[in-house]
Amino acid sequence: MRIALRELRRRPSRFATATTILALIAVLLLFLGGLLDGLVRDATGALRAQDADLVVYSSTARDSFFRSRITPEERARVEAVDGVEAVGGLGVALLGGRVPGNGPRDLADLAVFGYELPPDGVGDPPAPGEGYADEVLRDDGIEVGTEVLVGPARTPVTVVGFVADTNFSGQGSLWVAADTWRSVQNANRPDATVGPGVFQSLVVQAAGGVDPATLAGAIDDATGGATRTLTLDEAVAALPGVEQQQSVFNQIIGVTVVVAIVVVALFFALLTVERTALYGVLKAIGARSRTLFAGVVTQALLVTVVASAIGTALAVALDLAVPAGAIPFVLTPSRVLASVAVLLLASVLGCAFSLRRVLRIDPAAAIGSAP
Amino acid sequence: MSDPTTDDTTDPAEPSLVLEDVRKVYRMGDSDVVALDHATLEVAGDEIVALVGPSGSGKTTLCSIAGGILSPTEGRVVVGGEEISDYSPKQLTTFRQDKVGFVFQAVNLVPFLTARENLLVVDELGRRRGAPARQRADQLLEELGLSARAKNLPGQLSGGERQRVAIGRALMNDPALVLFDEPTSALDTKLGEAVMELIQTEMKSRGIAAIVVTHDERMVHYADRVAHILDGRLRA
Repeated sequence: MRIALRELRRRPSRFATATTILALIAVLLLFLGGLLDGLVRDATGALRAQDADLVVYSSTARDSFFRSRITPEERARVEAVDGVEAVGGLGVALLGGRVPGNGPRDLADLAVFGYELPPDGVGDPPAPGEGYADEVLRDDGIEVGTEVLVGPARTPVTVVGFVADTNFSGQGSLWVAADTWRSVQNANRPDATVGPGVFQSLVVQAAGGVDPATLAGAIDDATGGATRTLTLDEAVAALPGVEQQQSVFNQIIGVTVVVAIVVVALFFALLTVERTALYGVLKAIGARSRTLFAGVVTQALLVTVVASAIGTALAVALDLAVPAGAIPFVLTPSRVLASVAVLLLASVLGCAFSLRRVLRIDPAAAIGSAP
Repeated sequence: MSDPTTDDTTDPAEPSLVLEDVRKVYRMGDSDVVALDHATLEVAGDEIVALVGPSGSGKTTLCSIAGGILSPTEGRVVVGGEEISDYSPKQLTTFRQDKVGFVFQAVNLVPFLTARENLLVVDELGRRRGAPARQRADQLLEELGLSARAKNLPGQLSGGERQRVAIGRALMNDPALVLFDEPTSALDTKLGEAVMELIQTEMKSRGIAAIVVTHDERMVHYADRVAHILDGRLRA
């Protein structure tokens, strides 16, 4: 083991190629992961921000706001269920917004949310015609006091404050009172108008000690099957595109990990071939295969640690270099840790390909072989 | 050294190596190849034996069996009073750590370790003794005239110095027997003679037995005895 460490220290250049390639793979893993996290964050912020345990859609909505309608009668039945602490209506309209000073086609992508129960970080519903905008909308030139003209009907909403991480479908959220949302929806989406008191969905807070999953079943029973109630996590995962994005990205990440395994496997197999004679001598003077293989694994792990550190530094630099909002990229410590852990695992797996070769080296070959 | 496991090995009265009717047969495809045929050899406690024979004669096999690298097909092998004929590969590995020293012809020293570290490899591979091992390494380097070169890498040493480091490594575990595989083949006559003289001095002064494999007849007079081997048959 100490021999392996000394080799790393004395001959770092031998390991430079593998370190460089693994560092680039680490950057790729972190970039892909960060992109996925960013996309998911921007798609799901509005739901994740909900201070609620359950989300209620109509049973025919296939877990989408846009296909869902909850009538006041259904809402009353939900409120009457035992274990329901609070119920708030929720509706959203995805529309373009005209910002004063921007060009006529330079629309801000808006997700106008009408709400009753304040999500985390969002205040109580503002006055009619007013709204809290998500931070990302600052990039569109929106400030406190800006009057945004929403949709083709140019319904005015004045921004009175900002909130963070509440986006939906990659669009900047604008949080307004329920009636403001209805007027925006009905003026701009005549194909999908909502009546008084009607919402697209409900968010439900469970009373203390009540299991949300059980309560979800009770709610759906109480409405006679007119609703489909999901826990908040289920609702986030059910948002259109989220699972698909995750599966596509995870497949690419998986292929990248396979590449990492192959790189480690090839590199250390080559090193092992190069060291056949040396390992023969060491075995002859009493080295066990286990000791020699442990040296290979130690080197691979250290190379991976160094490569991961370089990769992480590059990914952080990339994160800082890319202008905010240009791409949905977010680098979280948990993503970094997970990627490094996966790379370390890949390097051990890659080494395993050299195990047979190390085992097969015959100490007898050390004797009688000319230089 | 006061290591109890090696105390008996320096007793010149006890043979350091006993080979009795040793046979080694390799299977090559469908036929058997006899590499060593009923070899019998006894090496005294401080004797230097030159093993001479053309390539393919079986001297490598004999050396490997005497050094506990290979197990014999038949026969009895006793090294330093320890019978190793039926040892498992794992037992042989431990035996090699404790009882024998090797000086190889080919890749010998670890190229990225200093002379001193190359000696300490022996300690790192076996039971770690730490400080006593470091003391022994320093003592051996001094006795071999290498104190000034202790921190040099093999690449910075001359051929003769490298051989001396290799001899020092072979002596680290205070072996009962040291096996030299063609120690002079890569050296010119003058350096070869110097190395043989060194082997003679170092082995005799320590009372350690040695088998020196060579096909260089010029070097055999440094040995106490010459054993010739041809087609797997030994003529001592």
